[in-house]
Amino acid sequence: MFYREAGQFKTTYISDQELFPVKQDRWGILLIIGFSFIVIPLIANDYWLQAILIPFLIFSLAALGLNILTGYAGQLSLGTGGFMAVGAYSCYKLVTIFPETNVILLILVSGFFSAGIGLIFGIPSLKIKGFYLAVATLAAQFFFEWLFGRVKWFYNYNDSGAIEVPVRKFFDIAVTGPIATAQTRYVVVLCIVTFLALIAVNIVRGRIGRAWMAIRDMDIAAELIGIRPLTTKLIAFAISSYYAGVAGALFVFAYLGSAEVEVFDINISFEILFMIIIGGLGSISGAFLGAAFIVLIPILITNLPRMLGMPINAATVEHFNFMILGALIVLFLIFEPHGLAKIWTIMREKLRVWPFPY
Amino acid sequence: MKNKNFLIFIASVISCLWFSQGVMAAKGIYIPLFTYKTGPFAGSGIPTGNGMADYLTMLNERDGGIGGVPLIVEECETGYNTKKGVECYEKVKGKNPAMINPWSTGISLQLIPKTPVDKIPLLTMGYGLSAAAVGDVFPWVFNYPSTYWNQASAIIKYIGHQEGGMSNLKGKKIGFIFLESGYGREPIPLLEELSGELGYDFFTIPVAFKESQNQSSHWLKVRKEKPDWMIMWGWGVMNPTAIKEATRIKFNMEKFVGVWWSGGEDDARPAGKAAKGYKSANFHGIGTDYPAIQDILKYVVDKGKSQVKDRSRVGENLYMRGVFNSVLIAESIRAAQGKFGNRVVNGEETRWGMENLNLTSARMAEIGLQGFTNPIKISCDDHANNGPIFIQQWNGTSWERVSGWINSMDRVRPMLEKAAAAYKTKNNVPNRTIPCS
Repeated sequence: MFYREAGQFKTTYISDQELFPVKQDRWGILLIIGFSFIVIPLIANDYWLQAILIPFLIFSLAALGLNILTGYAGQLSLGTGGFMAVGAYSCYKLVTIFPETNVILLILVSGFFSAGIGLIFGIPSLKIKGFYLAVATLAAQFFFEWLFGRVKWFYNYNDSGAIEVPVRKFFDIAVTGPIATAQTRYVVVLCIVTFLALIAVNIVRGRIGRAWMAIRDMDIAAELIGIRPLTTKLIAFAISSYYAGVAGALFVFAYLGSAEVEVFDINISFEILFMIIIGGLGSISGAFLGAAFIVLIPILITNLPRMLGMPINAATVEHFNFMILGALIVLFLIFEPHGLAKIWTIMREKLRVWPFPY
Repeated sequence: MKNKNFLIFIASVISCLWFSQGVMAAKGIYIPLFTYKTGPFAGSGIPTGNGMADYLTMLNERDGGIGGVPLIVEECETGYNTKKGVECYEKVKGKNPAMINPWSTGISLQLIPKTPVDKIPLLTMGYGLSAAAVGDVFPWVFNYPSTYWNQASAIIKYIGHQEGGMSNLKGKKIGFIFLESGYGREPIPLLEELSGELGYDFFTIPVAFKESQNQSSHWLKVRKEKPDWMIMWGWGVMNPTAIKEATRIKFNMEKFVGVWWSGGEDDARPAGKAAKGYKSANFHGIGTDYPAIQDILKYVVDKGKSQVKDRSRVGENLYMRGVFNSVLIAESIRAAQGKFGNRVVNGEETRWGMENLNLTSARMAEIGLQGFTNPIKISCDDHANNGPIFIQQWNGTSWERVSGWINSMDRVRPMLEKAAAAYKTKNNVPNRTIPCS
């Protein structure tokens, strides 16, 4: 009943090629976007914005980037943290070198630096595959952790070794720095994430996306039908790293406010990999669902005992946190290996035939 | 149907989370404690966290809080992770906290710019940004009783003294092994500058966090460099590993000095007798002889209100560090109440109390901690107290004090001011508008 596309006739090619061909999808997406742009900034408090929604959006963006590379193009990568660090540090350098330039523009530009780095680290992907490639990208992770920790130029010779986000304004509203309100930062992050997500949706359904999927599913066959593995894989690396870089820049500029290189350690790469595995490989919505899962569940578990009025001490809760999250990940992989995105697809099918399932 | 249940689950979860915010409205002074009783630094985090909580619980049990106002103590687990620390901060900042104790230099660095905006003072007791000692630039941050730079200079002074005079440092070789993080890097600028001035050779050995437990290559380098002295800025599992490795290369433990965070019982104990002679800095007493600690045992530990499992752990070095932190919290709140009256004080009022804190020897005796630490007097300009430190030595089973109070060098303050000024220009910190006194 819901989700019936019967009666939605496509009479032009343009309407047939729409981003979301089914009317319900279109309205659903518009509703979500409208809700997050208008309603959430009005009703959410600082804790929700700053501790939950902003990191959720930023991790979604990073997961989106990795999903392009791993989910669509089939190249396993463990270097996401490194690429995020490149984005964050280049953004920091840009912002301090060009203090007058619009910071939002610089955040978007800093992605290009990490795209360039991604290209370089993507070159081995031509020769090596699978786990071996993961090890090669791991090199990016460790290299950048080392580089940004040791070379003082990258953090402007600060005694603390950390990069601190200066106040930058956009039409007289502080966008970054401590005086920027959570609402402003949320809206900035949301704009960038929405914009990049729409671009990603477009890329993956177009020629480039199809080439990626062909390479992923069988690279020899793809080569035989005329897809160049070199350019296709490198484009995947570049675009994926771009997303990771922008996510890294946002992570520092819109979320943390100042950072040491340790925040981009190997754990963040693993976290993002878990996100796309749980969310669903090769799906844009999967990146968001997976990020929601990994970001929200620990916060929920931490807050749950207090909400229920059970006085459990903080450390015990944290131990539970590890156990429950781990168990959930394992259960998910057993019962729904295709991730949350697959659950959504199944649900959609059910809704379509409801109330007369066959 | 599985999916429907899943949806209901998600929906209920979200609504629960939503309503949970802003429920807390109990009467009392809200003191959030950031702890890290999990993760790789738990070995150091558990005793400090317990010490902090126990002293405050003791005040509640014995005196009914501070000035008759009960204390609401809530722990937030950070796991020494910056991201979780920020989340903790966001969680507690709306509940009118008296002050924040981040217990991590990394988290402190994140919070320093936020504090003036949210009007919550930050107490980074002997850690965090050294330059925060300059109250003119950092009105909301306090790092008493001493900064890392004070401490590093005092350690160099101690070494000079052991060598028979500061002039004898010339040509000596001093190595610095540190945890590669904001915390570990803090004292390097000072040690480098002093090396130029006093003429000792200086080299650093960074230990990345993930190599904390595997330092054989680092100590191989130490053996090759043949330093006369080693200074360590370690934390968590890095400490016992470094001490063990040092004994393995037969480094003279008498000439190995740790920062005050590298002086836990659990740091030296694993190496056992071999670690005998290892030294570390400290700024407070240890042991259970103090009346206040007896009260903790009586009102908290024996009544089962403490998280300490083993009674004998009370009074150990890091436990006492936690107690000390809570003494500072309590005395700052008391100072604030002295001006604003015995009621729930907010962050702004506590800030005043912290800036006007005057912890005299007589006051220490009053609260049952006579001789526990050197007197602390904070002023508008000096948030660090420039406190002296002493050196303690591991005798194989416990710590023994082996030096008197060592003052830091006079030249530290100008360097702190220079660093604060640099921070101010780099980050466009506005001029201080909060009046002194």
